[in-house]
Parts: sequence; structure tokens; C-alpha cells
Amino acid sequence: MSETQDTIRNVIAEHARLRTDAAALALDTDLYEAGMTSHASVTVMLAIEDTFDLEFPDRMLTREVFASIAAIDAAVQELVGAGEPA
Amino acid sequence: MTRDADFVAAVRTIAADVAAVHADAVDREARFPSETIDALRGIQALSAFVPEPLGGLGVSFDALADACFELGRACGASAMVFAMHQIQVHSIVRHYAGSAWFEEYLRRLVAEQRLIASATSEVGTGGDMGKSVAALTLQDDGSVTFTKQAPTISYGAHADDLLTTLRRTPEAEAGDQILILTPIADTVMTPSGTWDPMGMRGTCSPGAEVTATATADQVLPTPFAEISSQSMVASSHILWAELWLGIATDAFDRARAFVRAVAARDPEAAGAGGVKLSHLLSELSLLRAQVQQGRAQYTEAAEHDPASLATVAWAVRMNTLKIAASEGAPRVCQGALAVCGIMGYKNDTPFSVSRHLRDTLSASLMVTNDRLHRTNAGLLLVAKDV
Repeated sequence: MSETQDTIRNVIAEHARLRTDAAALALDTDLYEAGMTSHASVTVMLAIEDTFDLEFPDRMLTREVFASIAAIDAAVQELVGAGEPA
Repeated sequence: MTRDADFVAAVRTIAADVAAVHADAVDREARFPSETIDALRGIQALSAFVPEPLGGLGVSFDALADACFELGRACGASAMVFAMHQIQVHSIVRHYAGSAWFEEYLRRLVAEQRLIASATSEVGTGGDMGKSVAALTLQDDGSVTFTKQAPTISYGAHADDLLTTLRRTPEAEAGDQILILTPIADTVMTPSGTWDPMGMRGTCSPGAEVTATATADQVLPTPFAEISSQSMVASSHILWAELWLGIATDAFDRARAFVRAVAARDPEAAGAGGVKLSHLLSELSLLRAQVQQGRAQYTEAAEHDPASLATVAWAVRMNTLKIAASEGAPRVCQGALAVCGIMGYKNDTPFSVSRHLRDTLSASLMVTNDRLHRTNAGLLLVAKDV
């Protein structure tokens, strides 16, 4: 479990308003199936941008990109990787 | 694009020769525009968007939008029934994902010119179509069943099939939805109200409790959330906007006819009406530009950048189009009323815009503008280029 994934999990715990415990989520658990509404997903998008101090371009602001911890992680890596060598 | 052009020309003829002729009776009696829908069946219009290999006409989405505009100029209710049906067909065609059951269904749609209604709203969800209370339940014999309380089902009593949103299972979250198609013949619809509204009277949309038994392959393979964001939001907002524009355009044409009639008798007296008409044209042109731009953006994106249809920025754009068109269309109709005066206010003159105004006042209620503004308020926090 990477530090980034832990941070994403914390954001989800705070903002996704899931019915289940965020600590128990698998990396690929579908967050929408776990109860994240479209409205809550926007709050998650905003919190991820704020937490990692980055801005998702429009093309990445989709349902799919925010569907799981792993998907969000991949998106964050793509943006961080684009800015500086990993 | 002669196939598209031929189709739109045929719809235009039906609009003028059939829909316009019965529009007042459909409105007055709040009855289904069966003459128009039957005439549209006659030119295979109900399966126009079905791809040619499956027997359909294979026309473009643009052609459907033109058809909605043409019908809107003649009879708002006919146009709305046509639009709602095409929204369902569009969703099936784009998302059946090779399902053998739906492929066979599309062939039957072509052969039998079946009309599809939908039960996507539900009592207890506060108007949010992205949530369901009713759930699909798997029975011991392998069949699936559901019961849903729908506050409105447009033309349900006149349709051949019904597309219904449901939670995937009784345990699923409210937003984990599927779409299921059931023939009306296998669906029990118990009316839960009457239908005597201000406008769009021919859509015949009372509420109903819907109960059906089906097989699992009648569920569209794509999750409803994906169908909604990638197809249904855009198709409904664009096709509705086109037909509202059509209604507003006819209201404008009636106002212009009124000013011409006055001018023919007394050119001096027509001056004030002509100036009002000129102001009204500005309003209509703005509405037309908004609708055409939204539609052009969709055509462009669907063809060259389909991934962009799934973005938050895209949702904001489509919501904004719907809000603009639904507010602009009744404004134009009210402006036409101001030009025609009492002759526009009366129901039984050639210059009447009463039906136009009442029909377009429904626009802001269909997926209420308040909800769309609230949704946009959230999306604007993250969307960039809107």
C-alpha cells in the first residue's frame, strides 16, 4: 500500500460518504457500488485536488477515473509524473 | 447525406399534413397524437436511428434533432412523444453491447415499429433519476421481477414497450441502477392519477404503479449511470431543446403572420407590431444559436472525441443548454403573444399562441431547472473549461 493510496483512502473516508468502512476497501472496489453518489464524487474530486495540490484537466474528470482507489491513484500518478520525475 | 435529408423531408411532410392538422384536437382533448405516430410508423421513423444492418434507416442523431424541430413546429406533444421514444432507441443502440436479446429486439422494433415509453422517475427520489428505490429481484425460477411507483409515465398506455430504471438488486445502493425493457403486454400498469395538465397535453403522462416479470437478458448490459452520462443526458437535452425551438419558431411565425395581416389592411398600424417582432427575432435567434451550438458540440464530440462525453465539463454544458432552451422557448412564445394580443390569446384564431406558451412552460419542469442549477453548482467547483 503506497502512501498516495493511503492518502486517497483518507480522502474517501472523509468525503465519499460510503456506507462501508473506507479502511476495508480493496484498491479496486467500485466506489459507486459502495454508495458514493455523483454529488459525493465531486466532493472527492475537489478534495483530491486540494490534498495533492494538483488540478485534474477536464478529460480526467469522469466517473471512471474516480471509480476506485486504484483508478484515482493512477490519475494522481499521471499528473504528478507529468510534473516531475517519479 | 441524402438519407438524412430524405428522412427529415418525410418527417416535415408528416408534420405539416398530419401533426399540424390534429394539434388543436390533441391539445383540447388531452389525447395521444395517434395520427402523427401512425404516420411516422409508415415511414419507418420509429426505427430511423437503428443501424442499417439491423434493418433500420441508419440516420444520424442530427437527423433526429431536425425531425424533432420539424414536429415541434406543428405539434409539441407529437414532437415530445417522438423525442422521448428516440432517446430510448438511441440509448439501446449505443449501449446494447452485442446483447443477442437486444439485437433481436431492435429487429422487431424495425419490423413492428414499436413505440418505447420510459419509467425513469420514481416516487421517493426527489426527482433524481440517478437514484432508484425499486429493485430488480431474482426469483427462484431464474426470472426477474420488479414493482415501481412512477409519478409520470409519458404515453405509457399507448406504447408497446417500457424501459424502466431499477436498482440492480434489492441490496444495491440507490445509484447502482440498470435499465430493463419489458413489453407492455407483459407489464401491469396501474394508473395512480389523472392527466389534465396545462400543456403538452397529448403526451398523456399520468403516474402508475408498474409491475413486471422478465428474464435477465432484458436488462441492458451497460450500467444506467454510464448510459445516462454518455448518451441519455445529451440526447434528451438536445432533442427536447430542438422541439422547444420548433414550438417557439411556430409562435414567432404566427406573430409574423399577424403583423403581415395587419399591414395588409393598414401599413401604418403595423409599425408598432413590426418593432416588437424585430425584438422577438433577436430572442428567437439567441435561442436558435444556443440550441444549434449544443447540438454541434455533441455531434463533433460523439464523432471525434467520445471520451469527452463522460466528463464533468460536458455535463455542465448539456445542463446549461437545457436550462437556456427551456427558459428561452416560453419567453419567445410570450413575446409572440405580446405581438398578437387578444388574437394570440384566444385558442381559436390562426394567430393563437396559447398552446405554444402552455407547451413550452413544461420545459423547465422536465428534469427541473432548479435541480440542474444545483448539480451545476457542484460540478463547477471542479470543471475547468466550460
